[in-house]
Amino acid sequence: MAIITYREALNQALREEMSRDDRVFLMGEEVGVYNGAYKVSKGLLEEFGENRVVDCPIAELGFSGVGVGAAMAGLRPIIEFMTWNFALLAIDQVVNSAAKMLYMSGGQFNVPIVFRGPNGAALQLGAQHSQAFESWLAHIPGLKVVSPGTPYDAKGLLKSAIRDDNPVVFLEGEMLYNTKGEVPDHEYLIPLGKAELKREGGDCSIITSGKMVLVAMQVADQLAKEDIHVDVLDLLTLRPMDVESIRVSVRKTNRAVVLEEGWEVCGIGAQVVDYIQRDCFDDLDAPVVRVHQADVPMPYAKGLEKIAKPDVAKSIAAVKQVMYRT
Amino acid sequence: MATRKKSDAKNALDPALDREMLHSMLVQRRFEEKVGEAYALGKVGGFCHLYIGQEAVSTGIIGQLRPDDYVIGTYRDHGQALVRGVTPRAVMAELFGRIDGCSHGKGGSMHMFDRHTNFLGGHGIVGSHVPLAAGVGFAIKYRGGDQVIVCFMGDSVVNIGAFHEALNMAALWKLPCLFVIENNRYGMGTPVEKAAAVDDLSTRADGYKGMDGIVIDGMDVHSVRSAAALAIERARTESLPSLLEVRTYRFRGHSMSDAVSGTYRSKKELDLYTQLDPIFSLKAGMIAAGTLTEKEWETLEQEIAATVQDAWDFADQSPEPPPAALFEDVLVETTS
Repeated sequence: MAIITYREALNQALREEMSRDDRVFLMGEEVGVYNGAYKVSKGLLEEFGENRVVDCPIAELGFSGVGVGAAMAGLRPIIEFMTWNFALLAIDQVVNSAAKMLYMSGGQFNVPIVFRGPNGAALQLGAQHSQAFESWLAHIPGLKVVSPGTPYDAKGLLKSAIRDDNPVVFLEGEMLYNTKGEVPDHEYLIPLGKAELKREGGDCSIITSGKMVLVAMQVADQLAKEDIHVDVLDLLTLRPMDVESIRVSVRKTNRAVVLEEGWEVCGIGAQVVDYIQRDCFDDLDAPVVRVHQADVPMPYAKGLEKIAKPDVAKSIAAVKQVMYRT
Repeated sequence: MATRKKSDAKNALDPALDREMLHSMLVQRRFEEKVGEAYALGKVGGFCHLYIGQEAVSTGIIGQLRPDDYVIGTYRDHGQALVRGVTPRAVMAELFGRIDGCSHGKGGSMHMFDRHTNFLGGHGIVGSHVPLAAGVGFAIKYRGGDQVIVCFMGDSVVNIGAFHEALNMAALWKLPCLFVIENNRYGMGTPVEKAAAVDDLSTRADGYKGMDGIVIDGMDVHSVRSAAALAIERARTESLPSLLEVRTYRFRGHSMSDAVSGTYRSKKELDLYTQLDPIFSLKAGMIAAGTLTEKEWETLEQEIAATVQDAWDFADQSPEPPPAALFEDVLVETTS
């Protein structure tokens, strides 16, 4: 197995799927000549030409709609958002067009499209460039929402997302692009809608996804030194969510911490906690605790930003809280 | 440099075509009058926007498309669906919210869809479907096809960002799109002159290289047909987009909940436009030319009344979608 970056893993997925199916094309700002704002599409213009790697004007609403229309007419677009912060300009196309088309047409027009790009905070980018929108997107029936945290997952899930016949929201992370991990040399797919138990412990479940998986793994390592062993359940897909895997883990550990990058109110964690209280109420030995971003727009100042973000220390404290340890 | 033209169509005598267009427009008119009745009886619910008065636009344009071309439009979509070939039964059943509707009861008045005729909907968010049209044009070009897409929109769309983003890309990438503004003078209750900072909506094309902006008399089906023919040809053979401003008028309110006149427009204005009724203008022209008799007109009316009644009866007998349908069509099973 090769060790490659998350960025390279995405690039491989794009290249393999574009080679496999000539209906697949990539569209967005700076995806071609510039090789992608974060270099995810490096080399693709050269390999596939400008018909299939399409540089767009800065017009998220417009080119997202172009993608939806192209999908209705039989193509399989991949729409790159430079970040999901900018995708808010296109939310109408994601929510009102892509997610609704199959249903309101009575099953006649599906929209096989992937909307992808970095989600959540990086470093000191300030309030408008540091937002995690997974709960907004996962709220919408008609979408699938995927949030991989490792190169292996990024590649396998992106390939599945591109082959999926539904609109798929694919949430990457600016801080993840340079992270490295093992990726098989042979082709593989990871199915959408399945969580993965990334670490097996018995004392507490940490349920998380995306960038926070890396935090959770560090938490698991550090707590192991104190003889606390946690399950790290990586949801991978936020919609449809693999509720069964949540149940299995929580019924085993009887304690849960839900760790997410976004804000608290109506967050992904709120939904996870609801599944737990519905299905595992009698299994719980402690109330579930959530770890998330502070309920404020992201500040610029380094120190303030640090305390606004969910992190290892906050997550360790949460695990100890549900275990009644100090 | 974009060019702006005023359509100067010649009324070439083609009795068979005239008859076809008269039929096409009258079906829409009588169908929608029946829809108005059904709405009053509670058989049609929700928002319902009638097209009455604007029939020459759909007939003049859609009537000359190929089966493999595409049509997309707004929530004022019943007439366009009918002209495109969706059956009166399927449109009425959709309005009644029944399983045999063209969207199987899941769409309603604003969301008519039909895959068989490449009728890509009925869209309810003003301006939102214009980028979709550019996307269909993109797909046509991507595959090297020679189809075109016609995108209908109301006059209020020319002020929204999605319209400009779509037209920019359509011009930039030379996409085979006809953007058709049905200027019925009001965006809901707001007159065009209070919404658009231009006197002439077709001048919006001037901002986009290579895009023709054309003004068309939408009360004259011949003018619509001949002007659209040029734009369709241009899209089909040169893959170039056009912006058609078709000046029309709706004889009913914005939707069923809206007074026909007396609030934002006067009875006098309505009466003035009613005299320009595209159906009766064509009828009068045909009678004057000796290509239609009053007797033939009566027969046409009777045939269409029967068609519309048949649509009503069919819709009324079609079952409502079963409860199990609620959770169907949210996602499709992936097969690739």
